[in-house]
Amino acid sequence: MKMTFKKGLVHGLPICLGYLSVSFGFGITAVSSGLTPLEATIISASNLTSAGQVAGIGVIAGMGSYLEMILTQFIINLRYALMAISLSQRLDKSFSLKNRFLAAFGITDEIFAVSYAQEEKVTPKYMYGMIFVSWLGWTTGTLLGSLAGEVLPDIITGAMGIMLYAMFIAIIVPPAKESRNVLFAVSVSIALSLVFYYLLPFISSGFAVIICAVVSSLFGAILFPVKEEEK
Amino acid sequence: MSILIYIILMAAVTYFIRMLPFTLIRREIKSRFIKSFLYYIPYSVLAAMTFPAIFYSTESILSAVIGTAVALVLAYKKKPLIIVAILAALTALVIELIFKMV
Repeated sequence: MKMTFKKGLVHGLPICLGYLSVSFGFGITAVSSGLTPLEATIISASNLTSAGQVAGIGVIAGMGSYLEMILTQFIINLRYALMAISLSQRLDKSFSLKNRFLAAFGITDEIFAVSYAQEEKVTPKYMYGMIFVSWLGWTTGTLLGSLAGEVLPDIITGAMGIMLYAMFIAIIVPPAKESRNVLFAVSVSIALSLVFYYLLPFISSGFAVIICAVVSSLFGAILFPVKEEEK
Repeated sequence: MSILIYIILMAAVTYFIRMLPFTLIRREIKSRFIKSFLYYIPYSVLAAMTFPAIFYSTESILSAVIGTAVALVLAYKKKPLIIVAILAALTALVIELIFKMV
């Protein structure tokens, strides 16, 4: 089957559905941190990333410096650089420089994983189809979540504040169960995060997340380097 | 501190991290160390953002802690994200409602 726009749409549909629910949780959390539904939706439409956006609204809510915002986004999203490099090895000849500039916007964990797993070379149209439907799900979910956060009664939105974090738990726990190495990195990160929150509260949330993530991932990479087949 | 500048910075940094390697670098990264480091980053980022923030994500610590426990059990059983999220929120809501009544 050819790598058409339509094929990209079809392959992107499951991603779209997953993004709808995660971004709904993001919308709720964004509004409860003081953003408007419009601001939350613009963030999702222009960023298309989960962890970076959550850290970003943390920096905004804490009135962090612009430098803190830049460093937070840089560290948290650095993994996309690796994905972009790997994916660029598998691109079709029709992928011009202009196409690379455009399609780069849509390199997320899920879109990378599905594109990279294709037998055939990845065409621009295929990526655009997948990015479009995923972006639509991510942006729509954020709008719906942030509107729900404003409209629904406090007792319900209060309870829904846990949804985004519960989804993060659902992302972390299965690999941590399978791999002791992941469990180790995650445990170190949580321990450091608790130290920052309770003992060093003057360090802002963005920097705290950066330090936790970098230190625990460095420990992980030094003590338990990943085997080729794991990646 | 302007919200618009924050948003532009977020979007710009995120885009450049994706775009520069996608357009400029044409060879694979071989370093096992860098690959390993970047493999652990998403999990450690999410972990640090979730704990202890999740304990303060609802109206009371009690409902949040019980909701967290439900999420951990369901995630351990590999339930889908949306199921984990909805049941954790429902649990927190029920705990809140019980507290309102007593």
